[in-house]
Amino acid sequence: MEKPFRRRDLLGIRDISPAEIQGILDTAENFREISTREVKKVPALRGKTVINLFFESSTRTRTSFELAAKRLSADAVNISVSSSSLSKGETLLDTALNLDAMAPDCIVVRHGSAGVPHQLAKVSRAAIVNAGDGANEHPTQALLDAMTIREHKGKIDGLEVAIVGDILHSRVARSNIHLLTKMGAKVRVAGPGTLVPTDFAHLVDEGLEVCPHVEDAIDGADVVMILRIQRERQDSAYFPTLREYSIHYGLTNERLDLAKKDAIVLHPGPMNRGIEIASDVADSSRSLILDQVKYGVAVRMAVLYLSTGGSPMQQ
Amino acid sequence: MGNEIHLVEKSRIMDATAMKRAMRRLATEIVEKNQGAKDLYLVGIRRRGVPLAERLRDKIETLEGEKPLYGILDITLYRDDLSTVGANPVVNRTELVDDIDGKNIILVDDVLYTGRTIRAAMDQLMDFGRPRKVQLAVLVDRGIEHRELPIQADFIGKYVDTTPKEIVKVMLKEFDEEEAVGIYERP
Repeated sequence: MEKPFRRRDLLGIRDISPAEIQGILDTAENFREISTREVKKVPALRGKTVINLFFESSTRTRTSFELAAKRLSADAVNISVSSSSLSKGETLLDTALNLDAMAPDCIVVRHGSAGVPHQLAKVSRAAIVNAGDGANEHPTQALLDAMTIREHKGKIDGLEVAIVGDILHSRVARSNIHLLTKMGAKVRVAGPGTLVPTDFAHLVDEGLEVCPHVEDAIDGADVVMILRIQRERQDSAYFPTLREYSIHYGLTNERLDLAKKDAIVLHPGPMNRGIEIASDVADSSRSLILDQVKYGVAVRMAVLYLSTGGSPMQQ
Repeated sequence: MGNEIHLVEKSRIMDATAMKRAMRRLATEIVEKNQGAKDLYLVGIRRRGVPLAERLRDKIETLEGEKPLYGILDITLYRDDLSTVGANPVVNRTELVDDIDGKNIILVDDVLYTGRTIRAAMDQLMDFGRPRKVQLAVLVDRGIEHRELPIQADFIGKYVDTTPKEIVKVMLKEFDEEEAVGIYERP
């Protein structure tokens, strides 16, 4: 039997096994109930220190990790780039060594460059959790997406999942493609040709298809995952205008009608209403965007718990 | 899972009939001491305390015609040995559906040994509210000389003298092939 998740670092979905993914999701399932209690806190990580080291701005993910740490009684410290010594010229490695000298148990790191968490993992004694590195991976997002899908579909194996939008720059897409195909889903990606490289199909051995049109990807899907259009990248002219993007690639009710009748809609946030997703779709009962945020806390509690020494739980 | 240590059974201290009788007596003692089943709230500690609490609930209902409240505690997140635990038992979530405020809680577990599990269970209970009273019922008490905390049981199915090398195993049909209590020793 394969071992459930017992490693210290969570750097990406690519290098963990289906059994490990299952172990994290089952543990997270059991952590959900804690956030519904009146006293939303258990002493599991009492005395442990978690540093949230964010080199990119983030509200949702950082708050989610902070709440997760606090609900497990860990002490959480948030460091964001604007207030850190990196702006004073310190190298990443020196920052890591300095933080490490203060003996944290876990460092949650987000950085604009791929591979930063992996570098930190080599020098730090703390467990490293990747909260997004460049366009590489965002493992906890994929895990919370998986938890949302599992909750509403009862399984992941055999589902058809469409991922639509800026695949090229999306760490959410990469982590989700790895997770979903490992768990037996069929993934179809689509978006503007400039943002969906055709050789993307080789990212995983099987289960991934690059579709020429958004409609092909959505047709018959159980899950439609919409990615955020990164407006900050607008200068690079990947597509003519936001309006044009919304006309050709935005998720409208008409496009969603191509999916299965009980299809669900996911979006990692923050969403651009009226651009990649129509407002009435975002607010419909098929959209589970707020469920994703809710499960995010439970998933991050599970990841912090497991990477600082807890044993996986079973459902 | 997998690399479980193989234990040698030294002696069998209870069979299915003896367990049934002990549970029946525990139920009688609980309602006698608490003058009925009013406000009684049985809380089983995962894992083996859960079926035992269910059985006590059913027996108390037969005796009193009133079903006590019932819940489940999983104490994993309240343990004091998180970093030293190797192979944890299978764990699950806590389920206390009914409010515990002002209730008369009976914690139920299979074996009382060091008292640390009960400490964790009480800490968790207090995070859920303020019960009027908390009592402890166990099927087997291994003796006060093993206690690492000032904790005693109010209701005891069977008292057994054991050494720290020995392991008391309560086997229940919900998890095991048979119903029995045995003393085992690490080889």
